[in-house]
Amino acid sequence: MKRLILTALAALSLLSCSTSGLRGTGDLGVVVERAAGRILLVETTQRTALGRVDGLGDLSHASVVFSRDARHAYVFGRDGGLTKIDLLSARIERRIIQSGNAIGGAISQDGRLVAAANYTPGGIRIFDAGTLELLSEVPTGAKVVGIADAPGNRFVFSLFEAGAIWIVDASQPRNPQVTKLEKIGKQPYDGFVTPDGRHYIAGLYGEDGLALVDLWHPERGARRVLQGYGRGEEPLPVFKMPHLRGWAAAGRYLFLPAVGRHEVLVLDRVDWTEAARIPLRGQPVFAVAQPGGRRVWVNFALPDNDRVQVIDVDAMKVVKELRPGRAVLHMEFTPRGEQAWISSRDDDAVAVYDTASYAELTRLPADKPSGIFLTSRAGMTGF
Amino acid sequence: MERMAGMVALLLAAFPAAAQPSPARRAELVELIRHDCGACHGLTLKGGLGPPLEPAALAEKDAEQLSFVILHGRRGTPMPPWRGHLTDSEAQWIAEALKQGLPK
Repeated sequence: MKRLILTALAALSLLSCSTSGLRGTGDLGVVVERAAGRILLVETTQRTALGRVDGLGDLSHASVVFSRDARHAYVFGRDGGLTKIDLLSARIERRIIQSGNAIGGAISQDGRLVAAANYTPGGIRIFDAGTLELLSEVPTGAKVVGIADAPGNRFVFSLFEAGAIWIVDASQPRNPQVTKLEKIGKQPYDGFVTPDGRHYIAGLYGEDGLALVDLWHPERGARRVLQGYGRGEEPLPVFKMPHLRGWAAAGRYLFLPAVGRHEVLVLDRVDWTEAARIPLRGQPVFAVAQPGGRRVWVNFALPDNDRVQVIDVDAMKVVKELRPGRAVLHMEFTPRGEQAWISSRDDDAVAVYDTASYAELTRLPADKPSGIFLTSRAGMTGF
Repeated sequence: MERMAGMVALLLAAFPAAAQPSPARRAELVELIRHDCGACHGLTLKGGLGPPLEPAALAEKDAEQLSFVILHGRRGTPMPPWRGHLTDSEAQWIAEALKQGLPK
């Protein structure tokens, strides 16, 4: 026991910025180095890399959620790997291969459950967040996309081929209750829960529009919003699917990438009508509101994936264009929004920007970085 | 005309690899396959939102078919047309590379 404590202390001091040997986790995060099957552990106070954790398998399209105390990261790999990492010791605590082909996951409101979303076999699997013991599974017969947690220990997701949204109440984790909403629209490709936990919105690939569910009233079903936003025009090719999450929200508006159009669509959350559409230089992938909602940062699919455009929410127009590097894959803000962390896959770097001045503060080397996940997500519904 | 055809034949014989991407371009194409195709088909091409592109999964399809899909996309699916980013011969090279399995 004593030895264990000593080892733990040694590990802590390894990562500590202070001399006390203790540190918090509120300024920590992970950067996925997807080709290497590794994560880079970073901190945003001094803006440095603290270490790496290896052996995570195929991390293409990897996503990460955090335990409610923001000490552990759960990494969902494409190969079905689910790895629980202790951020303070920079070590793998548990690792399982839970399916053949996975796309992401979520953590429950109470932090006790982790759900993995799978393509093959299609469905979700619910695990004990402490032990990663399998508690139950919900087979879907279709690819699961856009899984997010919702209040009431629910998991909400969409089915790509089936055009459905399922709401799984996991408050009895060994006996989950499923509510199925059918015919929500063609080919939902991703979905998210709004930061207040009330609405689930699925983006549709197969038609112009999005599906909206009021999670206070799932019995009312899904309804279409921004229907026909393409105005019948031939869609442009989409070289990378947009990604949706609660970062779409900036005040009363949601900023949503159009599919096959070089625009962000602005949806009014009060009356669910189109408030604006903002022309952009390319097909948007991520449209991420800066905390506080003053600006929205957008990155792009090929061939514009070396740019980031910044939209001013007040003016509803692009006010800045940045070139953070080649193949910009992801952007993440520090909890209060003073820094933007941006991964550039082909420059093997993470660029950190001051969001007030747009000055580059630093550039951390990283091996083909993709997703950046900061621990502030631990306290956010739908992340 | 006959002479021109003869010259073309000669040229083709002299540069049998003229239609083939250069080694440097091939390396770029492999990166493109892994990372950009991989966005949907998986970094290891085991499949994702898009179907697997491993040799076993493509055994039934011929390279011309595959190269057509690469260039023109598949209607009704998220597969986009890559013409504009790739030449015909590059698409053909990718199709064959996928069927054989990627280098490395």
